[in-house]
Amino acid sequence: MRRIKNVFWLIGKEFRTLWREAILLLLVIYSFGPSMYVESSGAGGPLNNAVVTFVDEDRSTLSRALQNALLPPRYLPPKEAGADQIDRMMDWGETTFVVVIPAGFEADVRAGRTPSLQLNIDATKTMAAAVGTGYLTATFNEEINRFATGEDLAPVSPLDLVLRRSFNPAGETAWLRSVSSLLNQLSILTIVLTGAALIREREHGTIEHLMVMPLSAIEIAMAKIIANGLVIFVAFTFALFVMVEGFMDVPFAGSEGLLLLGTAVYLFAAASIGVLLGIVARSMAQFALLLILTITPIMILSGGMTPIESQPAWLQPITWLLPSRHFMEFAVAIAFRGADFSIVWLEFLWTFLLGAAFLFVSLILFRRSVSGG
Amino acid sequence: MQTSCVARVQALSHRYGKNLAIDDVTLDLPTGKMLGLIGPDGVGKSTLLSLLAGVRKIQTGEVMVLDGDMADRNHREAVFINIAYMPQGLGKNLYQELSVQENLQFFGRLFGHDAAERRQRIDRLTKATGLDPFLDRPAGKLSGGMKQKLGLCCALIHDPDFLILDEPTTGVDPVARDQFWNLIDDIRADRPGMSVLVATAYMEEAERFDWLAAMDDGKILATASPDEMRRQAGVDTLEEAFVSLLPEAKQRKSAPVEMTPLDQAETGHAIVAKGLTKRFGDFTAASDVSFEIRHGEIFGFLGSNGSGKTTVMKMLTGLLPASEGEAWLFGEKVDASNAETRMRVGYMSQLFSLYGELTVRQNLKLHARLFDLPNDEIEPRIEELLTDLGLGRYEDSFAGELPLGLKQRLSLGCAVIHKPDILILDEPTSGVDPVARDEFFDLLADLSRGDGVTIFISTHFMNEGMRCDRISLMHAGQVLVYDTPQNLAAESASGTLNETFIDYITDAMGAPETAPEKLTGLGSDQASRNHSPRLVRLFAVSRRETLEVIRDPIRLAFGLLGSMLLMLLFAYGISTDVTGLTFAAYDQDRTPESRAYLANFQGSQYFNEAPAVTSDEELRRRMVAGEITLAIEIPSGFGRSVATLQPTSVAAWIDGANTIRASTIEGYVQGAHATFLSTRATAAGMSGMLQPKVNIEPRYRYNPSFESLPSMAASVPAILLMLFPAILMAVSISREREIGTITNFYVTPTSKLEYLLGKQLPYIGLGLINWMILTAMAVFMFDVPLKGSAPALALGAVAYVAASTGLGMMVAVFMRTQVAAVFTTVVVAMMPTVQFSGLIQPVSTLEGAGRILGQLWPTNYFMQMSVGVFNKALGFDQLGPNILLLLPFAPVFVAVAVLFMRKQEA
Repeated sequence: MRRIKNVFWLIGKEFRTLWREAILLLLVIYSFGPSMYVESSGAGGPLNNAVVTFVDEDRSTLSRALQNALLPPRYLPPKEAGADQIDRMMDWGETTFVVVIPAGFEADVRAGRTPSLQLNIDATKTMAAAVGTGYLTATFNEEINRFATGEDLAPVSPLDLVLRRSFNPAGETAWLRSVSSLLNQLSILTIVLTGAALIREREHGTIEHLMVMPLSAIEIAMAKIIANGLVIFVAFTFALFVMVEGFMDVPFAGSEGLLLLGTAVYLFAAASIGVLLGIVARSMAQFALLLILTITPIMILSGGMTPIESQPAWLQPITWLLPSRHFMEFAVAIAFRGADFSIVWLEFLWTFLLGAAFLFVSLILFRRSVSGG
Repeated sequence: MQTSCVARVQALSHRYGKNLAIDDVTLDLPTGKMLGLIGPDGVGKSTLLSLLAGVRKIQTGEVMVLDGDMADRNHREAVFINIAYMPQGLGKNLYQELSVQENLQFFGRLFGHDAAERRQRIDRLTKATGLDPFLDRPAGKLSGGMKQKLGLCCALIHDPDFLILDEPTTGVDPVARDQFWNLIDDIRADRPGMSVLVATAYMEEAERFDWLAAMDDGKILATASPDEMRRQAGVDTLEEAFVSLLPEAKQRKSAPVEMTPLDQAETGHAIVAKGLTKRFGDFTAASDVSFEIRHGEIFGFLGSNGSGKTTVMKMLTGLLPASEGEAWLFGEKVDASNAETRMRVGYMSQLFSLYGELTVRQNLKLHARLFDLPNDEIEPRIEELLTDLGLGRYEDSFAGELPLGLKQRLSLGCAVIHKPDILILDEPTSGVDPVARDEFFDLLADLSRGDGVTIFISTHFMNEGMRCDRISLMHAGQVLVYDTPQNLAAESASGTLNETFIDYITDAMGAPETAPEKLTGLGSDQASRNHSPRLVRLFAVSRRETLEVIRDPIRLAFGLLGSMLLMLLFAYGISTDVTGLTFAAYDQDRTPESRAYLANFQGSQYFNEAPAVTSDEELRRRMVAGEITLAIEIPSGFGRSVATLQPTSVAAWIDGANTIRASTIEGYVQGAHATFLSTRATAAGMSGMLQPKVNIEPRYRYNPSFESLPSMAASVPAILLMLFPAILMAVSISREREIGTITNFYVTPTSKLEYLLGKQLPYIGLGLINWMILTAMAVFMFDVPLKGSAPALALGAVAYVAASTGLGMMVAVFMRTQVAAVFTTVVVAMMPTVQFSGLIQPVSTLEGAGRILGQLWPTNYFMQMSVGVFNKALGFDQLGPNILLLLPFAPVFVAVAVLFMRKQEA
């Protein structure tokens, strides 16, 4: 009981401190407002405004039909170039795809001679290359089939493949982006606020002062976690309802309440990481570097930017230790697949356990770092 | 008349918010004298000095120093080489990680002295101050007295005509204090023309001065020589003279509390220490310290700076575990985890450690709550303390904005709010003016005799020592002696505690330090006092910054090893090749044909098969649960249709929640479908029927095996080289402001551009080393050869790192604290760098604000270059445009920083 009261009074103090650091609050607002909007809406589809150049040596109806099949927003209007120019263009990065249509292409199709269509891909643009190749192939096949049907050349392949995307039929990238951007802001802000609050107390000697009072490390840490977590939680709730659902119009399949619950659990984990960093770092400079070291993997390897399945096998167990990966999994499940508690509880639990583990390590290091520093 | 004044102040006022610090002051300071500014804390002494030194911006009124207007920038810059300023606080203007020698060298360089001259000056100054044996010791590891001497040396290195010292001896022990003043006398003897202005709260020091200005409440009360001041007031001591100048209300209300002798009947011991020893590495901070303190006793702990007083006190509170020995409070062993004991102890640390952002009342209330005072007792107790401590009129002021003396009172208030039985006070009166100190000790006397509180206090002041029941002298971690102050005082020839103290310490030091040489020959070479060339100052700053970076190996390691670790994680971890996707068959046909179709997925490295789905409901449920990301639904009759070439269709259900993954899966599914068609057609000899009309041949240029690694190994450095240098730079600038060394920039002729570029250079260098390491990793570890022009890429890297450090600099200039600077840099830089610079999606494929942001952000251009050089074998001609685009970023960032940076405090 006494402990809870202590935590309560310390939280009050944390709020006062935060209130006096207007710039920090301003950054919280910026992060969950404009920054988030830009981040989630700016991406476009996985293939967007792609530059395709044609080397058309056939100049036939079919070759023109292939060019005309590439429509915005996925593609920019295709350009044409001579065969001798394509190396230079690809070197300079002026085009991502070059389609070479050989002379006599249409005639060969008519004659059933299965001509080759060469598709040059700038493989340094990994994502566009991977997705774009599939799209281009499918579009060209479709166009050629249509041409063949029109010309009554041969029956269309009788076996059709129907692709159906569940949960996000139109493949709106902004949906996933908005969740991963929520996660990014959550992580950065929570870790920085909690960690910095601790470092500041260390640099000003106030933590030492707290340690001679009848307080335990866990009370001090919990106060920081709860106070800073609460501020972020409010901002998150605003971002979820106003920004994501309101402004960006992302439909929500599951229960917002459940996502908020999960967020609270995640905030505990992220704030615990913040406390741990604040204890390990001996100065603001060290904290800042440690921050980059933790926050970038949290952002990049959580599954929001590239799928977890694409990580090499040795890395996946390591990223499993990132609470952000679990957040991403349950958030996507709740938001888009409409998952309920019976499905996501395990991810909640892992997030919590990871947070508890970080906090546990922090508490072990706590007294040592206070007296040694 | 003009020439006989070193400085004149006309109708000067200065405000901090609504607080008036200086109230319409007019004052002439005579030349060539030792001038003293005396007065209690928080009356505006420091503000006045900083205005005279040109550190602070003048609000209203006129300040003329050395015959020029300090509001005029040109005059300020011209006169900085004739003024020296030492701010308040031990070693506040020193670089703690740098050695004595390096600190002095830095200041010498700033003033454009060449190597030989620096050597000569440093030798002369350090010999005279007795610092010469410690040339290689870091400033942070010097004792307080030595720090102040070093600060003085740094101030004197350029032979100033006007030396401004703000409380130079506060917190310095008597031995060192004595040496300090002798040194000043020597300097003045050598350079009679120099004027020295000292602010002090020690009245006994003020006796040495030629001329005094007494200050209170932002006003000058009187100016006179010490003798005159005493004569006018008709009193014996300067202290009394000063008090008589104060308005009635501020004079001491009561006679000093008489210390009644301690009740000898009380024999129990409140604090017992036996053989307490603390070692930090091979340094012994306290060795075999033992004492017994009786209930209700005031036990004084006297000793030179760094003698281990604080360490012993921390061991008693449980903050530091003892290496050896034991301590008992109330007969119970000190145990860090024992909250019960802590309820009975009040502790006040040497440095102010309350919450500056809370008001006086809020601080007291928080402590009351945390010490679990009953609700109804809190308010009365706070009122009582506010009155007792004289903090009533400040109850709503923020603690951080109070003058030192009031802060100390508040700290005491917080320490006693729960009426503890033991008070442990670590130099509570350091930096507090005499009146306040006396009152403070009255409070203690009251607590001890009235409430029976046991008080363990450390102090530098001998008159405070005299008021203790017993004192112990400590030096170099050992207790030299402990007895009543009266007995100790009697030991010395003059019968003063001060002399006994000095005797003991000199004895303990063994062979006394070689008598310092007299300081001579200062100011002989006036010719060298020209303005030093800009570049010299710039490099002086760079050199110092580089040394500081090297002195913090942990920061260096975090920076370099950290970026290597991230390179490893990201180069391998960011990939678009999705493998191991879980897929389930929903086979409603169950014929050889349907199985053949599914075999294309089962055998694929991309897919792991999960148990088959048997119903629509199950398909939906398992997809919601995330168990499967792909389901292939084959309708019944599929086998027959395929055999008879009847149209039929297969449905691929893809979990579209993760759109990136879904797009990749679509590609795989189409591939598998096509494979089925062609194998099937070949097998059936029906090539004309099912075979595709066209062979689409994808050719992955630059990266034929189409792996992510080659492009990631080239892209990731662009991200790391933005984040790390920006953060390091931001911290480096905001840190100087927070710890106070920025004052050196304010009071030297260093310009804003010199200072900023000087600080930036080392970080550009560090960034380039980092770039080389990352490039080497790419080439040798990831086997991604550097095919194109390395010099072109190197040039781009220079421009890029200059841009990223410039960004950090720009952000830091706008931010007050390190926290804010770090936070802002991370928040501002993270998103465009990671999301909008082409790491995953080329900038040209982005939309709206994201695209504009990406195009305005330097990372995009460097990443393109890096990818081009590594993967496309690009040369100078192709990279030229990118280099040109990268070049303007740094100058723009630096220009903004220079524009908004201030060369004075507000």
